[in-house]
Order: sequence, then structure tokens, then C-alpha cells
Amino acid sequence: MKRFLPLLVTFLVGFIVISSEFIPHKPFSSINEGLENWFMIISGFAIILGQLSLLKVNSMKVHDKTENWQYYLVGLISFWAMVAFGIFWGTQDAAGLLGNGDGIVSWLGVKPFEYLFNNVYQHLSSTMFALLAFFIASAAYRAFIIRSFESNLLMITAVIVMLGRTSIGTYLTGWLPPEWRWLHLPNIADFIVNFPTNAAQRAIMISAALGIVGSSLRILLGIERSYLGGGD
Amino acid sequence: MSNSKPLDRRYIFLILLVGVTLPLIFPLGLKSEVSDLARQVYKLVEETPTNSTIIISFDYDPATNTELQPMAKALIEHAWKKDQRIIAIALWPQGVQMAEQAFADIMKKYPDKKYGIDYMNAGYKTGGMVTIQAMGRSFKEVFPSDFKGTPYEEIPMLKNVRNYNQISYVISLSAGDPGLKQYVMAAHDMYRVKVSGGTTAVSTPGFLPYINDQHQLYGLLGGLKGAAEYEALLGIRGTASNGMDAQSVAHVLIIVFIIMGNIRVYKQKKSKHEKK
Repeated sequence: MKRFLPLLVTFLVGFIVISSEFIPHKPFSSINEGLENWFMIISGFAIILGQLSLLKVNSMKVHDKTENWQYYLVGLISFWAMVAFGIFWGTQDAAGLLGNGDGIVSWLGVKPFEYLFNNVYQHLSSTMFALLAFFIASAAYRAFIIRSFESNLLMITAVIVMLGRTSIGTYLTGWLPPEWRWLHLPNIADFIVNFPTNAAQRAIMISAALGIVGSSLRILLGIERSYLGGGD
Repeated sequence: MSNSKPLDRRYIFLILLVGVTLPLIFPLGLKSEVSDLARQVYKLVEETPTNSTIIISFDYDPATNTELQPMAKALIEHAWKKDQRIIAIALWPQGVQMAEQAFADIMKKYPDKKYGIDYMNAGYKTGGMVTIQAMGRSFKEVFPSDFKGTPYEEIPMLKNVRNYNQISYVISLSAGDPGLKQYVMAAHDMYRVKVSGGTTAVSTPGFLPYINDQHQLYGLLGGLKGAAEYEALLGIRGTASNGMDAQSVAHVLIIVFIIMGNIRVYKQKKSKHEKK
């Protein structure tokens, strides 16, 4: 029963949602509407669950003093600081428990939550993403080596696309006469992206879609049960 | 140091840092060639009538701010130039703040634009594709109030907006899931609303199959270059155009590093061969 009930619910819900796509009339359409609303409500609770999980995992690492536990502590302090500033003085135009914090706003220019978001979180987040450029440069030097025909082809293509997608590529071959315009780097880069890459992307998308249909059917029919978790 | 010894990665980092920083301090003024994809997005906004209501979905967070925020600003500016009304929504939690920042920046150029009349921020909603589908039935059910808590009925520009039928086009600025792909599948494929968007450069190739005869996507802005192309079409030089100088130098440096790496390996192989 413990396994049969979830399998039955999964099958019925899947059957109703699929049916409503083909029969957009009552009762399928109205049940589907209800299920969509349920999904949005459950998604909201999933965020709370995620936050609780984050707190639990980080707190345990700090408590057990695992390796680099100090970083987890910083994460927890940052989390609670943002929550506290949001609850006490609100965000944007919405007031918090202690009002709008006019005194602090006159000092910082904005509410504390916005101040931290604009001046700390935003820059840290952008920095993390920007660091990728340095690792890509280092990896390109070490790993992008011609070893075979395929790697040679890959490198030539990558260099053309990289140059073609920059402003410098435009200048490098901008002098070409109109009859040789097809050799203009941005044009070659566009050709590579629009045809060979696009064709490969379509193949990947169609394969992935077929895979999703297959695995969805396996879940609906109760063949695939790993989502129920282990044990009895 | 022998010729075959790899260059210390710290030198690579330092060279790249200098190469990226200098063009940001001293702009080179390089021009981007406008692609057909950017022209399609521009045409969609340009040909949409005045007073139309449109949706811009902010489906990203500060991590991809550099690539997607210039697109948001350029698109808002273009839409306001054409007197279109903008509904901002967010499928990512921090998209709400990104939208507010973009509006605040463009408001400096268009101080006459009023909140609730020319634009509004509906806020963040979980659910991804299901939320997009639900907006096709009733916008009010999904967003009963804006992000400040103002009820739907009290926002003048939403008076006649019930679902996608009253929306001229949707633009999703997307850094992943949920985002542009879900808008194509739900908003366009189910409700036939015109969809366009902008993505990070790394995910751009994945969206190209949607630009087809069925117009699943009306053009696409890909990464910083896409944003710079849109700025060029608008005749402005914003943060994307300046950023393209730095990106161009970074690309050239990476190509130089690739060549250096290959020369190193070639020399290594040659010396091994000679020893034998």
C-alpha cells in the first residue's frame, strides 16, 4: 500500500494532465487548472524546504567543525543578516516590523536590505561568474592542444567563432572586397553557428525529447520507481 | 626555465586581468556588426503599435547581470520610445530587483514615465512553466498584486489585461531554467503569443533551433554581443558596447594562449624525439 498509493496518484495525475492537452474541456480542463494551482503552491513551500535544508546542512558543518567550517558560518551569518534586515525594515516600498527605517535610510541612501543586495551580493555574484574567464584562459593554454584531426578541426572552428563573435573579427577581415565577403570572419562564424551547430543542437533536442517521453512513460506506468526513494 | 615548461597560471591570470581592465578604463570604441537575430528582436519591438502592453520577464540573477542587464535596459528604452506599456515579471527570485534597477536607470532618460501607467513590476512567482501556462488563463490569478502589494484592480495599465490575448509580445531575459525555453513551449506553442528573448552567450546555441519558419522565437540576443548589437541598433553606446571592447581583447588573448600552449607541446614533442 505504501508504494501502490503514490504510484496510483502519479498515474492518475499524469493521465489527467496528458488528457487535458488533447481534450481541453471539462472535467479535464478544470482538474488541470486545479493541479496547476497546487503545483504553484507546492513550489512555494519547496523554497522554504530548501532554506531549512540549507540551514540544517550548514549548521551541522559548523557544529561538527568540519574542514573549512568558518565559510559555512559566514554563509549562515549572511543568510540571517539578509532575513533580519528584510523582516525588520522591509524591502523596496514595503515596510518591515520596525517600519521603513528612515534613520538608516537617510544614512545609507536605501534600505539596509537593498544596500546589501546592491553593494555586496550583486558584486560577489558577478565576480564568481567573471572568474570563469580566468579559468577558461588557463584551461585553453593547457588543454586546447592539437593531438588529432578532430582536435585540429575543433580548434580551428573555435578560433574562427571566437574572432567572429568579437569586434576585432569585424576589423580583421572588414577590408575584403564584396565578392570575397563570405570569407569575412563574422559571416563564417554566423555560418558555423547557424548551420552545423544548429543541426547538432536539433539532433540533441530531439534525442532528449524522446528520452523525456520514454522516462515519463516509465514513471507514469510505475516501471521507474526511483523517485519514491529507497527501502520499503 | 626550459621552453617546454608550462607558463605559471598566475601570469595567465595577470595578463588577462590587465587585458580586460585596460579597455574598460580606456574604451577602444570598437563597433559590433549587427546580426540578423538582433535585427529580428528590434523589428518586433519597432513594429508593435503604440500603447500596446508587453511583458519583459527577468529570469536571471546578479551573476549574469553583465550580459543580461544591458539587454533589459536597451529593451525597456526601445519599448518606452515606442510608448509601449511594460509588465515586468520574474521567474527567478532576484529578477524583481534586477527589473527595478533597470527601470530606475532608464527612468533617468524618461522621467515622465509613471509606475502603474507605463510600467509595473508584478514580482516573482514560483512554478516556472506552470506559471507561464496559468498566465494564459488569467493573469490576475497568478499575480493578484504587484511586488509592492498593490492589488491588481488598482493598477491602471492592467485594467484591460486578462491573459496573453492582450499582450503584444513577451521577452524573456533568461539565464537558465525557468526562462526563455519555457516561454517558447507554453506562451508561444500553447497561446500563440509572440516570444523573443536574450540569453547568456554560453546558452545561445541551444535556442537557435527555435528560430524557424513557425516563429517560435522572434530573434535572439546572445550574450554581451547581442546586447551591444541592440545598443547599436538603438544608436546608443551603453555598458554592453563598452564591455565588448574588453571581451574582444579577452578572446584574442585566449587565442594567443592556445597558440602558446600548442607551441609548448610541439617543442616538448620535438625535444623528446631528438633525445631518442
